[in-house]
Amino acid sequence: MSNAALIGALINLSGPGHYVHWGFISISVANLVVIGLMVVTFVAAIAIPFRRKGGRS
Amino acid sequence: MTTIDEQAEIDAQWTTRMRKSLVAKLPPEKLLPDRQPAYMSSWIYVFGALTMAALSVVILTGIVLSLEGPAWWHLSSFGHFVNSLHLWSVELFFFFMIIHLWGKFFMAAWRGKRALTWATGVITFIAAIGAGLTGYLSQTNFDSQWISTEAKDGINAIGVGAFFNVLNFGQMLTWHILVLPIAVAAITLLHLLLVRSKGIVPPIALEADGPLDGGEGGAA
Repeated sequence: MSNAALIGALINLSGPGHYVHWGFISISVANLVVIGLMVVTFVAAIAIPFRRKGGRS
Repeated sequence: MTTIDEQAEIDAQWTTRMRKSLVAKLPPEKLLPDRQPAYMSSWIYVFGALTMAALSVVILTGIVLSLEGPAWWHLSSFGHFVNSLHLWSVELFFFFMIIHLWGKFFMAAWRGKRALTWATGVITFIAAIGAGLTGYLSQTNFDSQWISTEAKDGINAIGVGAFFNVLNFGQMLTWHILVLPIAVAAITLLHLLLVRSKGIVPPIALEADGPLDGGEGGAA
């Protein structure tokens, strides 16, 4: 693969996908990462103060 | 100058009655309010608007892709770029929509006669999943071939393969660029109008102190 083709992705996406198996649950690492990011964003949205104009929280 | 009889006739017209009914249900100051309730000072209330912003990008890039066609999005640099914008705005659309869903679930946002608002959100979510699947099938590449041959077994297992044939490219493209986008956009609009009409649901703790009108009370 040329260097130019690799610039588009942070990691090499040419290989087979990675999966996590836990009992009957099987999920791709990519999907697990997205779910983790959603949980982090959800918690951050509740925890981080919302500042309005004039500096009032 | 209108006589009493003329005025009575005007008042009886279906256009007049419908306008009065709509304005009563959703007066302009409720449709586009100047201020929001104080309890909305939290980032969790931002995710509905973010979902709609992402949906706008999805629709705009989708229009460009459908006008230019597969050769353009496969072979030209700008086509690749617009195709990527379409994909990533869809990713963000679902990302924001699910956080919006979690937020509204834990707020029990169906309280205060808002069941239809909740239900239209659920239907939009289901329609959007269908739009996502048919979008993968409309790519015209090896991915779409693989996904369609995998999906056909699932679709046949639930018994709708004869009506929703994932191996029929023309049918899937029509679902993706016509039927489902209209459904998602129309139900989202209804969802938004219901939100404006009923007001943003007040927090459970506030409601316990007494009835609150989410759209009017406690302006920030």
